Amino acid sequence: MKTVRLLVGTTKGVFFLRAPAERTAWQVEGPHLPGRAIYSLAHDGREGRRRVWAGAASMHWGAVLVPTDDWGRTWDEPQEANIKFPADSGLALKQVWQIAPGLDDEPDTLYCGVDPAALFRSTDAGKTWEVVRGLLDHPHRERWQPGGGGMCLHTIVRDPGNADRMWIAISSGGVYRTSDGGRTWTARNAGIRAEFMPEKYPEFGQCVHKVVQHPSRAGRLFAQNHWGLYRSDDAGDSWQDIARGVPSDFGFAMTIHPHEPDTVYIIPIQSDMVRVAPEEKLRVYRTRNGGRSWEALTRGLPQRHAYDIVLRDALTTDRLDPAGIYFGTRNGKLYASKDNGASWRVAIDGLPSITCVRAVVVDVDRKPARRAAPRRSARR
Amino acid sequence: MRVVFLIPTPLRPFADGRSRIEIDVAKEPPALGDALEALWQAAPGVRDRVLTEQGEVRQHVNVFVGTESCRWTGGLGTPVADGAEIAIFPAISGGVC
Repeated sequence: MKTVRLLVGTTKGVFFLRAPAERTAWQVEGPHLPGRAIYSLAHDGREGRRRVWAGAASMHWGAVLVPTDDWGRTWDEPQEANIKFPADSGLALKQVWQIAPGLDDEPDTLYCGVDPAALFRSTDAGKTWEVVRGLLDHPHRERWQPGGGGMCLHTIVRDPGNADRMWIAISSGGVYRTSDGGRTWTARNAGIRAEFMPEKYPEFGQCVHKVVQHPSRAGRLFAQNHWGLYRSDDAGDSWQDIARGVPSDFGFAMTIHPHEPDTVYIIPIQSDMVRVAPEEKLRVYRTRNGGRSWEALTRGLPQRHAYDIVLRDALTTDRLDPAGIYFGTRNGKLYASKDNGASWRVAIDGLPSITCVRAVVVDVDRKPARRAAPRRSARR
Repeated sequence: MRVVFLIPTPLRPFADGRSRIEIDVAKEPPALGDALEALWQAAPGVRDRVLTEQGEVRQHVNVFVGTESCRWTGGLGTPVADGAEIAIFPAISGGVC
């Protein structure tokens, strides 16, 4: 029997939602890690694990990665901070913005992206982490500028067929690609407009908000920018504007359908100066043809006096068919669709401000493998 | 010489639940940084919550020697007297609404 679990990060902790595969009613529990801002969550189901990683930041006590193997009954809080910049960098961690388990054939590899913009890698299932030097020492670093959320590396996209190739996105530095496992990185922003700079098409400095790729189409990328919607068909070498038929091309959230590589979802925002739903209508926009056209999905969403917005990692899908689509808002509402986005219901209202949402389909008949958590430490 | 650390509630899981830790500091005369080094030996998990990886007191943490914040008395170089009480506090500037 399958159940769907939603991992919901908020500014004040983690919530877990659970529903049977029909996805009709949701049970909610939390908050876990209460009081901490959770800007990244990931489920690692490789090698029989049932591990959830949370990037947990306390404004007072700093940020760490915290895993749980039992859906939050216990969390393995590390004694020593597990993500640390090297002394020679002069940098100090502010926030973990993205956690990305590695490919299936590298089951002990994980990546995370952080503020200040950097990429960390673990090759021992999260026991130890090391900064990716090629990006830390990149000559562009001194000219990257922080966005409203900080100077964050918030997106990690792997090539499922080539472990050495990946893309990362930095606000605001733009999209960078490596083809040698992280030793060298090249800015890949040709065709992406930087509305806020005198030179509109610089090599780097664009404020990319999210990049997605379907695993069956390696190198075909979609990007939601701080102004601008784009598609690249050549692994980021060039980008085409695909913002035709949307009320605004400003926004944060973007996700791709699990089974349809041409189907992408976004949630537009009126503008960078007025960050509310355009025309006071909360609408998800979907393209089913790779961005040639977009349609508004509104059934069940407020179409009057709607001011809510959705952050970059708070829109996601499950892997069922038809796919469940989920998004959480800054005002603490979690919307769920069980029909590819055709209709929506509020799964829960009144959460703290939602920062990220992830969906996991769990086979409850499968026994989890017995695995040691990465580090024993203070249980909270 | 001996100093006393007062541990705030959120950090007590990293200090075996203790609110107060008495510590012998070997270096004479000690500075606050020396006393903290001794604290890290007794409660290693407290270190990274109080200091950044660059060894600086976190922006929204205050460390008092007696009644003075170390921000105004020389930072980690603040002199520490025998019997001093060193209190770690979350600053009121932190927190999320």
